[in-house]
Amino acid sequence: MDFLLNPTSVGDKLISMVLAVVIFGVIMAVLLFAIDRPKVPNWVIVAAFLGPVAILLAVGLFYPAAGTVVRSFQVSVNAVGPDGGPVINPNTGQRLTELGFSFDNYTRVFTDPAFQKTLLNTVWWVVLVPVVSTLFGLIYAVLVDRTRFEKAAKALVFLPMAISMVGASIIWKFVYEYRQGGSPQIGLANQVLVWLGADPYQFIITQPWNTFFLIVVMIWINAGFAMTILSAAIKAVPDDIVEAAQIDGATGFKLFRRVTVPTIRPAVVVVLTTIAMGSLKAFDVVRTMTGGNYGTSIVANEFYTQSFRQGEGGKGIGAALAVVLFVIIIPVIVYNVRQMRLAEEVR
Amino acid sequence: MTTAPVIPQTDVRVEEPVSSRQLKRQLRAQEAKTKLTSPWASGLAIVLAILWTIPTLGLFITSFRPVEDINTSGWWSIITNPGFTLTNYDQALNAQGGLGSFFLNTIVIVVPAVLIPIFLALLAAYAFAWIPFKGRNFLFVAVFALQVVPLQVALIPLQTIFVNFGLQNSFWPVWISHTIFGLPLAIFLLHNFMKEVPASIIEAARVDGAGHVKIFFVVLMPLLVPAIAAFGIFQFLWVWNDLLVATVFAPSPNLRPVTAAIADLSGTRGSSWELLSAGAFISIIVPLIVFFSLQRFFVRGLLAGSVKG
Repeated sequence: MDFLLNPTSVGDKLISMVLAVVIFGVIMAVLLFAIDRPKVPNWVIVAAFLGPVAILLAVGLFYPAAGTVVRSFQVSVNAVGPDGGPVINPNTGQRLTELGFSFDNYTRVFTDPAFQKTLLNTVWWVVLVPVVSTLFGLIYAVLVDRTRFEKAAKALVFLPMAISMVGASIIWKFVYEYRQGGSPQIGLANQVLVWLGADPYQFIITQPWNTFFLIVVMIWINAGFAMTILSAAIKAVPDDIVEAAQIDGATGFKLFRRVTVPTIRPAVVVVLTTIAMGSLKAFDVVRTMTGGNYGTSIVANEFYTQSFRQGEGGKGIGAALAVVLFVIIIPVIVYNVRQMRLAEEVR
Repeated sequence: MTTAPVIPQTDVRVEEPVSSRQLKRQLRAQEAKTKLTSPWASGLAIVLAILWTIPTLGLFITSFRPVEDINTSGWWSIITNPGFTLTNYDQALNAQGGLGSFFLNTIVIVVPAVLIPIFLALLAAYAFAWIPFKGRNFLFVAVFALQVVPLQVALIPLQTIFVNFGLQNSFWPVWISHTIFGLPLAIFLLHNFMKEVPASIIEAARVDGAGHVKIFFVVLMPLLVPAIAAFGIFQFLWVWNDLLVATVFAPSPNLRPVTAAIADLSGTRGSSWELLSAGAFISIIVPLIVFFSLQRFFVRGLLAGSVKG
């Protein structure tokens, strides 16, 4: 069974892939078969349906998240001996440190100008990306609805979704590519500036607008997602509602604002939420384009940097940033839960 | 994308005797219908579609240009100064012993990492939607809230667990992590779809003596095929394009997916646009094929989920 844990050849890899699926299937089949008989208590059924998921989520997300909250309050402090004096390592002669409970990490996150900038950037990301992507997606979906070229037009806008974030970042890095004034530009954005008679601009490096040029990339990626879902929702607006509104004299824009938008509101909420959560967590764009330099860092990127690259000292800071991230998004969760409740009541 | 039939809505009433006032209303209605699909609107849509595609097109053209041309002139000059080559692709494919084995790794990673989370999420979504139990709402909100836990938070604790179980240097950590990370969103979306199924259908099955397992497989699964396909495409795109999970859990060269190989290409070569552009397009070919061949299901599935009430 060594190849299962350490596959080397092509055959090994394919067999372990098939086996992984088969093993999973057999386990689930046995489990579900076992409970599929009359007079099985309800809690056993619930356990069978939810158990595997609950275990995976508890181990893979809840436990790490809880650990992160704990770590966000930890700082390294000098150890104090029973006599109240410092504890010295007899071998190295250095003072020993231990983990202490403190709000220092949070204080640093909110007072250090660099972290403040990171937080502010994150707020811009979480607000601008979902709102602009959704607006664009909505307008575009309406514009191409029932036109002859609808299929192709939608495919073109969805295209960036299928391209990885790394791929998208490479594409835009090329658009923003800067060459000194006078030499031929190879990046389209700067060439357009030159054609307009302006000087080439270092889009990725020049603060403070560079953050917004990175946000453009994320909007470019997500608009297709918004457009696809909203277009499906628009097509599902019952014809009789539209007709009734038209007979009442609702025209173009009014019809759109008073009838279409309210009807597809649940879809809009889902789109906004999904994109907001995605842009909150995404760090590929920032990492690929600037590595978080030039004042473009966002919390997700900073957390990665602090936790993986800065050694022990950075871990508490990284954790505090992750907790702040969670707090930022709580309003979105609350709003969604309330929407779900409302939908439930309507039913 | 969809094949929603265009129903001529106003024609129906034309045969009835109408007063001039009604006629006026109908004309207005017709005007309203056409207003949003006027030539101006269509023109604007075309302009937007082109704007959206230009960045990709630019890099695509670049990937076929000789290195000297790329570094000295913009890709748009291809019109006046044509020059095409396949060298960039050749180099990208053959650098580091070829990307072929990395493609195989990606496929081995993708199949279980798409199938397993979808099945588990379906089970959970069913429980949340149709099995009443104490604390159901609380648990569902908890799962929803877990969506915001950034992946990065979970990487180190998970790695410790995998090491303790001796699963390092295999595909298992990658499969398990992708499964875990995909679950919250999958449960959230699939639950929305499940809720759309009329309660009367479920109740009818229950009256016929079907248990939860039977209802899940016989009644719900067939109804959910479009939704499953839609989420499947999502999970596929996500796993195929993933870089972070693979870099952390499958670091050995033997296991790396194609994205990691291409990231290396860009990391070690600075801004050699000839390799970056070719590499980028090699990595997005399969997702594009999958998306375009399955987009019908994608739209139908999302349709089911986004219609409420």
